[in-house]
Amino acid sequence: MSEGGHKTPNYMAIFWWLAGFTAVEVAYSSLLPHTQKVLLIVGLVGFAAIKATLVALYFMHLKFERKSLGIIVGSTLILGVILVSVGMAETLLPRP
Amino acid sequence: MEAIAVAHGAVHGHEEEYTTTGIPHDKMGMWVFLCSEVMFFTGLIGSYIVLRFATPLWPPPASVLNIPLTAMNTFILICSSVTMVQALAAISRGDSRKMKLFLCLTLLFGSIFISIQGVEYWKLVHEGFNPHVSLFGSVFFTTTGFHGFHVFCGVVCMSFVTGKAFLGKYTQASHQGIETLGLYWHFVDLVWIVLFTIIYLI
Repeated sequence: MSEGGHKTPNYMAIFWWLAGFTAVEVAYSSLLPHTQKVLLIVGLVGFAAIKATLVALYFMHLKFERKSLGIIVGSTLILGVILVSVGMAETLLPRP
Repeated sequence: MEAIAVAHGAVHGHEEEYTTTGIPHDKMGMWVFLCSEVMFFTGLIGSYIVLRFATPLWPPPASVLNIPLTAMNTFILICSSVTMVQALAAISRGDSRKMKLFLCLTLLFGSIFISIQGVEYWKLVHEGFNPHVSLFGSVFFTTTGFHGFHVFCGVVCMSFVTGKAFLGKYTQASHQGIETLGLYWHFVDLVWIVLFTIIYLI
């Protein structure tokens, strides 16, 4: 089966991965003691990043698009990360 | 200029058109719009993260918010994403009956998501958690409210596209509208995946 000049991905498999990761995220958040903040944040952000990447690559077909589109989207994400990092640095770093 | 123009064929579901990027103009326009939306939501999410780190007494989200209800809502939005992509796959194969079915399901899931969010807001406000009560309340309602507004806009556009589908406006050779709206819909799903983790679970 072909769609848009590329082989159609197995969308149902992606769907079950997304649903599974959501269930794991909720379980991870409720079972892990909230005193272990770093482990909680790293784990949950990791799961969210995997889910977001699956949606972008397969549902939004970014995996099959031209490299130029990837560069446009990638540079926006880099700017977003810089924006959040600068804000966090402003809050977390000790002031002189 | 014409020498570098690239023909982008009917394989992507639209009539032959010449673009300098090799990407159809409406799809490119949607991607540029989505990039501006990435920055918009980064501002909101960034503000949430900065305020949360800067505030020592931040209530645990589970003590205020209904996590199981929102987890179910997240699942519903993921379902709507898969039905949207299945609608595009169906019309790409020339199966307009399944395309209509999947578009209707996407519309239904999107409407359910907004309704559940409305119920959640109503319950929270009745329990005394509103945008005026705390910093958490303020950023929670601003961020999730803007996302809800985006879903609402998506549902309105989806109604329009579904109507066009029932009028037979989309064919195997011409269905760019579905692909373009699909990009917006999946983006809204993607943003919710991030918001659910950051606001509800952490």
